[in-house]
Amino acid sequence: MNSNEALFNYTLRLGDTSLILAQRLSEWTGHGPFLEEDLALTNIALDILGRGKSLLEYAAQIEGKGRSADDLAFFRNEREYFNALIVEQSNGDYAKTMLRQAFIDCFDLLFYTELAKSKDSVLAGIAAKSVKEITYHKRHSFSWIKRFGNGTEESASRLQHAFDELWQFTGELFEMTETDTILIKENIAVDLATLKPMWEKEIQELLREAHINIPETTFMQKGSRQGLHTEYLGFILAEMQTLPRMHPTAKW
Amino acid sequence: MDTAKFEEVFEAKLAKNDFIEPKDWMPENYRKHLIRQVSQHAHSEIVGMLPEGNWITRAPSLRAKLVLLAKVQDEGGHGLYLYTAAESLGISRDEMLNALLTGKAKYSSIFNYPTLTWADIGAIGWLVDGAAIMNQVMLQRSSYGPYSRAMVRICKEESFHQRQGYESITHLAFGTPEQKAMAQDALNRWWFPTLMMFGPPDRESPNSENALKWRIKRETNDQLRQRFVNQTVKQVEYLGLTVPDKHLKWNEAKQGYDFSEPDWDEFKNVIKGNGICNKERLASRNKAHSEGAWVRAAAEAYGKKQPEKEAA
Repeated sequence: MNSNEALFNYTLRLGDTSLILAQRLSEWTGHGPFLEEDLALTNIALDILGRGKSLLEYAAQIEGKGRSADDLAFFRNEREYFNALIVEQSNGDYAKTMLRQAFIDCFDLLFYTELAKSKDSVLAGIAAKSVKEITYHKRHSFSWIKRFGNGTEESASRLQHAFDELWQFTGELFEMTETDTILIKENIAVDLATLKPMWEKEIQELLREAHINIPETTFMQKGSRQGLHTEYLGFILAEMQTLPRMHPTAKW
Repeated sequence: MDTAKFEEVFEAKLAKNDFIEPKDWMPENYRKHLIRQVSQHAHSEIVGMLPEGNWITRAPSLRAKLVLLAKVQDEGGHGLYLYTAAESLGISRDEMLNALLTGKAKYSSIFNYPTLTWADIGAIGWLVDGAAIMNQVMLQRSSYGPYSRAMVRICKEESFHQRQGYESITHLAFGTPEQKAMAQDALNRWWFPTLMMFGPPDRESPNSENALKWRIKRETNDQLRQRFVNQTVKQVEYLGLTVPDKHLKWNEAKQGYDFSEPDWDEFKNVIKGNGICNKERLASRNKAHSEGAWVRAAAEAYGKKQPEKEAA
């Protein structure tokens, strides 16, 4: 793998993760638990979708084979998608959506803060803009986790259930491959190993406040770095890609 | 002051084109009429999120997805300003919400029509928002201050949506033959329901007279409908599409188009709850509300515990 290929893979991974998360979050639009929260969550989906679009545009440019960001989004199959497994998980109830968001917001704030220092100026620029947005997203999701953990018996039990489903997908966020190794050497990529202890500390603190116990050991799922996913992704893509696939020559 | 004196002040304000503000005296009928109109408008924005939201996950390009998501969010925002404007007339948000969820309150019937293809999203922006703007531009000058100010803000965003809708339809009309057919099909299905949005014909409009007198409305349903047709036919022609009305004809004498009336029986039927989506729309709102109950309860319980914590 040369460094251009590594940069393409890396940017695609980040773009896919943002796009699939935004796709999931936007399922809530019009169906939120109350109007103000519906608006807030849609706003978060918009930020993340905007970031995904910028990243995929950059990935298309790096690849230089004439594919556009839309081609990358709408004409790749399940095995060619590299989003983190956690973002494709179903929304479930609001506790699950918010806990997934808290795990990701915490990761993203650490990650994009570092990526803003990347030697690659495009990635650094996208990251710097994202940091401002993620700071707000994290405040939002963290405050819901505290409310759920300390709200009613029902909210605490729903939060525990969400944790039991989602925790196994958090380990993969820190997995590194040859792509990372190549780009870390060039001061382009973030060394995920350095983020892990910081993420764990913040999440442990949040979960302690929300009265959730983290088990000593959990088997952590992985696969997305190789394009191996849960069964959800196929349905997400089927829905998302239907129109462009039906009308492959059309412009929208 | 006795009631007659209050009424005199109120009438004088209307005559001078001054705004009526929440703390001003107003006739009970005026208040009732406004609560009905503003809350229905708010409900329409909220229910209106559903037919368009239906296509967010299937929008065919990243840009189209961003635009649609932002548009649906704007509609939720409009609902929020309008609920606030209605609250200033002395009704609570819970009362309004309850009226919507139990089917007691009305909302714009147009949202009981289904969005079957992607072209419907363009058609809603172009035609439905276009018709809404025609109503709403007039409401920017309505006599009730909070409503008028909410409408100024809403109109700006709606004009933007209408341009986006027209742009989306333009892509289809000048796109592949399949896209063009999709655009024509959407126009065929949305044309008459859009004409219905201006309300029943003047000869049968029970609420218009007072509304005009109070400057809550400023033009009649038929005047607005005529203006909409005159404006939209030119756009349809530019797009190379056909208005689905074989009686459409330019009338030189009135400097406007003659056109067929919508099917008012259908209109009444959809208002009565018999549109293909009436039950689904209401069920969706009820589902979101009931599934959100534990979230709202958790937030409330947590909120109550906070002062205790601080005190401890």
